[in-house]
Amino acid sequence: MTAATASQTIGPYWHLIEDKSWADLTRFGAEGERIVLTGAVIDGDGAPFADGCVEIWQADPPASDSFPGFGRSVIDRYGNYHLVTMKPGPVPGRGNAQQAPHIAICILGRGLMHHLVTRAYFDGETLNATDPLLTSIEEPARRATLIARNDAPGVWRLDIRLQGGNETVFLDI
Amino acid sequence: MSDPIPFRPYAAGTQPSLDSPDYLGTRKRHPRHSLHKLPHTITETIGPAFSPALFPPMADMTTIDGRRALGERIIVAGRITDEDGRPVPNTMVEIWQANATGRYHHPADQHDAPLDPNFSGAGRVFTDADGRYKVLTIRPGAYPWPNHKNAWRPSHIHFSFFGPAFATRLVTQMYFPGDPLLAFDPIYNAVLDQAARQQLVSVFDFDITQPDYALGFRFDVVLRGRGATPMEH
Ligand SMILES: [Fe+2]
Repeated sequence: MTAATASQTIGPYWHLIEDKSWADLTRFGAEGERIVLTGAVIDGDGAPFADGCVEIWQADPPASDSFPGFGRSVIDRYGNYHLVTMKPGPVPGRGNAQQAPHIAICILGRGLMHHLVTRAYFDGETLNATDPLLTSIEEPARRATLIARNDAPGVWRLDIRLQGGNETVFLDI
Repeated sequence: MSDPIPFRPYAAGTQPSLDSPDYLGTRKRHPRHSLHKLPHTITETIGPAFSPALFPPMADMTTIDGRRALGERIIVAGRITDEDGRPVPNTMVEIWQANATGRYHHPADQHDAPLDPNFSGAGRVFTDADGRYKVLTIRPGAYPWPNHKNAWRPSHIHFSFFGPAFATRLVTQMYFPGDPLLAFDPIYNAVLDQAARQQLVSVFDFDITQPDYALGFRFDVVLRGRGATPMEH
């Protein structure tokens, strides 16, 4: 058995492969409830995590020719990312568990030797109270770092703090 | 419904630490809390499928509108497998790099080395049914960076892989054999396991080299394998 190849930072010049259209997962014509997922990514000095990117993946609605389930947004110089996608529904968890609607998030950028993984859940979902991941995080303040707030109709905001006060819960997957 | 088969955890020491202080950029960007363990669910065990129709391949990075880039033409090819040696078929591979002089075709790169109007430095290919990929490009130059006094990145090509699942995502860099800068590079050396580090160095390969045309380098990549199912030992 050969171990999985080691990660290296994506560096500051991944822009060479950047395609801004990838930030809109509905661009192939997906029909349903469109939402915006946006927020700021902040480093341990409180400075914007500029030059990086946020990738998202969701198992629901299922990926199809009209919905790739995957998107990538640049993090701009103010630290902001901005994605357009479809509101996910619940998906099965392990055993008989049900997972609350969520979007998987991958953060890459200069200074990250390996991508960071987290999730966005949606404030106000009944299933949040029983979601296996959310309930496994004991401190309410830590748990709250995974919950996007409804800023405006259809607009969900999740700020991501890489280090320090109010640090986002990052996942070992 | 039965639980999805999880992917194996990374082997100890084979992945770089997020807190790799010799690479200054990690200091304010690594989480201080340990990562929260998440047993794999369907979210982690499936992933995006990219079709060449919607994500067109760009396997020849050496020409723009028929005009040829300057530098040493090379072929980079290899096979993508999982940890059990099974091929990873039909998966998208993204590639980007500096030009022959060590400069990226991007306004943020102000290194005082010439740009090549015939080299954009971006490529995209898909593996075949046997997990093999191949790209034609230019050997990138080394470039300075502000990490420490007289810091130079060894020649490298950036690669992005997806594989079959969200859990198999991999972004890495390929290096060249015999590069004297490797010993001094904090990014390469952030991988502490010597064998894992060596896996990032491509191998010169006469089987890939095309006579009278281009040198060939083999860069094989391993993505995470699935853990044993409860039925297996
Ligand atoms: Fe680079």
